[in-house]
Amino acid sequence: MIPALGLAVGVLVGLLLQPTVPVWLQPYLPIAVIAALDAVFGAVRAILDGIFSDKVFVVSFLSNVVVAAFIVFLGDKLGVGSQLSTGVVVVLGVRIFSNVASIRRHLFDA
Amino acid sequence: MSEPHDSTPTGPRDARHAWARLRRAGSPRPSRSNLLAMLLALALGFAIIAQVRQTSIQGLETLREDELVRILSDVDQDGDQLSGEVRDLQSSLELLKSRTTGEQEAQRAAQERLDALGILAGTAPAKGPGILLRIEDPQRLVRQNLLLDAVQELRAAGAEAIQVGDVRVVASTWFADTDGGGISVSGSEVTPPYVIRAIGDPNTLAGAMQIPGGVTATARRAGAEASVDIRDEVEVDALLSVTTPQYARPVPTSTP
Repeated sequence: MIPALGLAVGVLVGLLLQPTVPVWLQPYLPIAVIAALDAVFGAVRAILDGIFSDKVFVVSFLSNVVVAAFIVFLGDKLGVGSQLSTGVVVVLGVRIFSNVASIRRHLFDA
Repeated sequence: MSEPHDSTPTGPRDARHAWARLRRAGSPRPSRSNLLAMLLALALGFAIIAQVRQTSIQGLETLREDELVRILSDVDQDGDQLSGEVRDLQSSLELLKSRTTGEQEAQRAAQERLDALGILAGTAPAKGPGILLRIEDPQRLVRQNLLLDAVQELRAAGAEAIQVGDVRVVASTWFADTDGGGISVSGSEVTPPYVIRAIGDPNTLAGAMQIPGGVTATARRAGAEASVDIRDEVEVDALLSVTTPQYARPVPTSTP
């Protein structure tokens, strides 16, 4: 409940403050957001599986974000930035889908 | 989608368990990790909104090199296409302009020809420098040949438009004596004093009238009085209507 509250508050603060993304962060933020979403869905699934751990969630969240950003950074340096970004988004998207499917089975038996 | 991690079959009991677990996990537990998780979630929400906003206001500066290259080539292509269109339109503009100029030229030439022919045929009024020949003949002694001589002399002197009384003199004009001692010009009778207006070089025309043995001398011999009046502006305003020739047909000539 508290993390959901945090998410809502974050959205609200973002709407109120109208932030602009600094230039150095612009290539990484979208991928980082996707990675964080993957971590969040993974955490919900872990809760339902009964193996959730706060520590694991925090670490996986941060590592997801950092690794995603690092992959994008590396891709930019290697000249394959857009392809690698697409690849990361696809992989994270697949993971999110499978996590959501698992959550759905747990919650709705379907 | 294959789900290799989700092989255990679940039932209604499991679903109830799952909801309970979710509730338990959601209930506020003031632990350090929970707080951290909330902070992370907060950051995630903030980041999502920031990214959404950024995407909606994104300009070119955040695009990658290959995307910029693609956009540049698109713009180049568009530019080429548009400049080609500009060239086409300019050439058609030139074409239309030259066509208009040609038409105006032709129209001007046609108008000049119309004016010249109108004066020749007597269908257009004319004015210009010339003379006014006045023959006072109260006793009606003058015959048609005097007027004919006058007209011929004027023509020989270069008169461009002539009018006798109220009758325009053109190629088909004829003179005849009438029974009453008057003169008929192309069928309409003119009465003394006879006034002949002629447009041309005034001095030449006046000289042609006044040469010894010329029109004025002949008139005087016949018992009439002729006077020549040089005018800066003579109006020849009698008009004729053109009749279509009934018998004569133009012979086609090869135009150069």
